[in-house]
Amino acid sequence: MANSTETTKKAAERPESAERTRGGQFFRPNCDIVERADELLVLADVPGAQGDRIDVKFEDGTLSIHAPIDRRQAPETEYLLCEYAVGDYWRTFQVSEAVDASKISAEYANGVLTLHLPKAESLKPRKIAVTSA
Amino acid sequence: MPLRYRGLRHPAAQLRDEMDRLLSGFLGHPSEGSWTPGSRGQPAVNLWEQGDTLMAELEVPGVTPEQLDISVVGGELTLRVDRQIPAEEGLSYHRRERPTGSFTRVLRLPADVDGNRVQAELKDGILTITLPKAEGAKPRKIEIASAS
Repeated sequence: MANSTETTKKAAERPESAERTRGGQFFRPNCDIVERADELLVLADVPGAQGDRIDVKFEDGTLSIHAPIDRRQAPETEYLLCEYAVGDYWRTFQVSEAVDASKISAEYANGVLTLHLPKAESLKPRKIAVTSA
Repeated sequence: MPLRYRGLRHPAAQLRDEMDRLLSGFLGHPSEGSWTPGSRGQPAVNLWEQGDTLMAELEVPGVTPEQLDISVVGGELTLRVDRQIPAEEGLSYHRRERPTGSFTRVLRLPADVDGNRVQAELKDGILTITLPKAEGAKPRKIEIASAS
């Protein structure tokens, strides 16, 4: 299915899709959360972020992701078509499952942040052998 | 879900969408992951002019160069993105917001483009396309011969 969009010479309207929190403008990244047998997997779309500047915190069952994004164009750029705005990503999750905080790992590639939250030992499914008397 | 593109719609419709989005956020129904631009969904396009060049930018996180297909004919830019996120069998998804699937988009550019010199770069999930204008589309200074 092809969608045709006419672009005109007048500057396009800028979308205002950032939510204001903590005195700054933040965007909410789209996330997938998958539960595996031994871990929770969080995938977040944070295009334009730099891996070494992404801040991931886990505290009291709250996982927070903060990815600062720099402007890629000069502020005075006049857009012919402007369908998204650029700004920092921020999102928090309440994690109810017991997670082994010391073993949380994160990797970043191609604009996608992947977090591995291993479940605490006590919560992993364990097969209990039944002994017959 | 139909593909909708904001930015060139009636302002009243945009306002209504924006209110819907805000309200749905309040009521705890996060916007679903679909290719809807404006809500941080992908792939929305930004386009601007830099001298004799048009620049287009898209957010395509997790997409490899093989999943992108860009072609230019005259003043028409066709973008094809195929973003596949294979679902893992037997796992429970607590959330699925990241858009998946393939889409095609055609942009009519305000000027013809020199197809041989178009360049595309993919970095950190951002696709930047450099579209130099065709010779005939560049502004030309006309010398005025004074008949003296």
